[in-house]
Amino acid sequence: MQKSSRLAILALIELAANPDRSISTAEIGEKYRVSAHHLAKVLLTLGRAGLVQSIRGVGGGYSFTGNARRVTLHDIISLFEETEVKCRLADPSEANPEEWALFDVAKEINDIANATYGSITLATMLMQIEKRKRAQERRAEVAAK
Amino acid sequence: MGQPPQDTRDDTPEIRRATEDDLAAVVRLDARVTGQAKPDYWADIFERFGTRRQDKRFFLLADSGGKLAGLIAGEVRGWEFGSEPCGWVFAVSVDPERREQHIGEALFREICARFRAAGVSKVRNMVRRDDRLLMSFFRSEGMVAGPYIQLELDLDDAP
Repeated sequence: MQKSSRLAILALIELAANPDRSISTAEIGEKYRVSAHHLAKVLLTLGRAGLVQSIRGVGGGYSFTGNARRVTLHDIISLFEETEVKCRLADPSEANPEEWALFDVAKEINDIANATYGSITLATMLMQIEKRKRAQERRAEVAAK
Repeated sequence: MGQPPQDTRDDTPEIRRATEDDLAAVVRLDARVTGQAKPDYWADIFERFGTRRQDKRFFLLADSGGKLAGLIAGEVRGWEFGSEPCGWVFAVSVDPERREQHIGEALFREICARFRAAGVSKVRNMVRRDDRLLMSFFRSEGMVAGPYIQLELDLDDAP
């Protein structure tokens, strides 16, 4: 996964987890240790896709405008990078059996990755995050005893 | 990334075991969802999962005031290459008009509770990887990729 895709997913998780407020690029950037400049470029793409809207002025920032139960990780990743494996030769008929066999392996792995990303929605991610937080809290409670 | 309408009807169905009298409605629901009527298949499923080894086999329905809103079927099994016994879900279906009402979730949670009562601690299934609706449903219930990978061989290409 490319850096922009990863950042877009993290930003959307942050915004979808806080549907009642707008969040600045500085706040998200600080949490995930990335520059506000890079984040702004990512959010521009997400805005064009209708997933976020920017709110100007004091207390402004970005808010989530998608449907967290419908938007999948694959939907987000495909805004930033190619998600299909393609033959790299200008003329695929030039590929020999060794190259096709290797292509088949890469395609198999890619198909599984796409199926995984395509089946996980932002809502599912938020649920998994809550689960992790609860487990972390339980561990902390046990450690404190 | 479409935004389906959210249905907020409060019409919580009862989750119960299937009976022989339900078979016609089960076949109708499955035919609506899959486009294929399979009466023999469902009669066989009912005979195997609705009448035998009831402590480990579950064929459950979501009954909404006498109307079938969904179904789920599964069993406790443990035969895959040394797998410890686990709950296995092999069918789940919800009336298309009753989706987004947590019926699939209620069915899944009920069968999980019955698996737990039967003494297993894992639930597994196998789903087509391009079936995003079903994959997303099981993901939303917390399921993740397990330790097994499904492999296949086209027998025409067999060595």
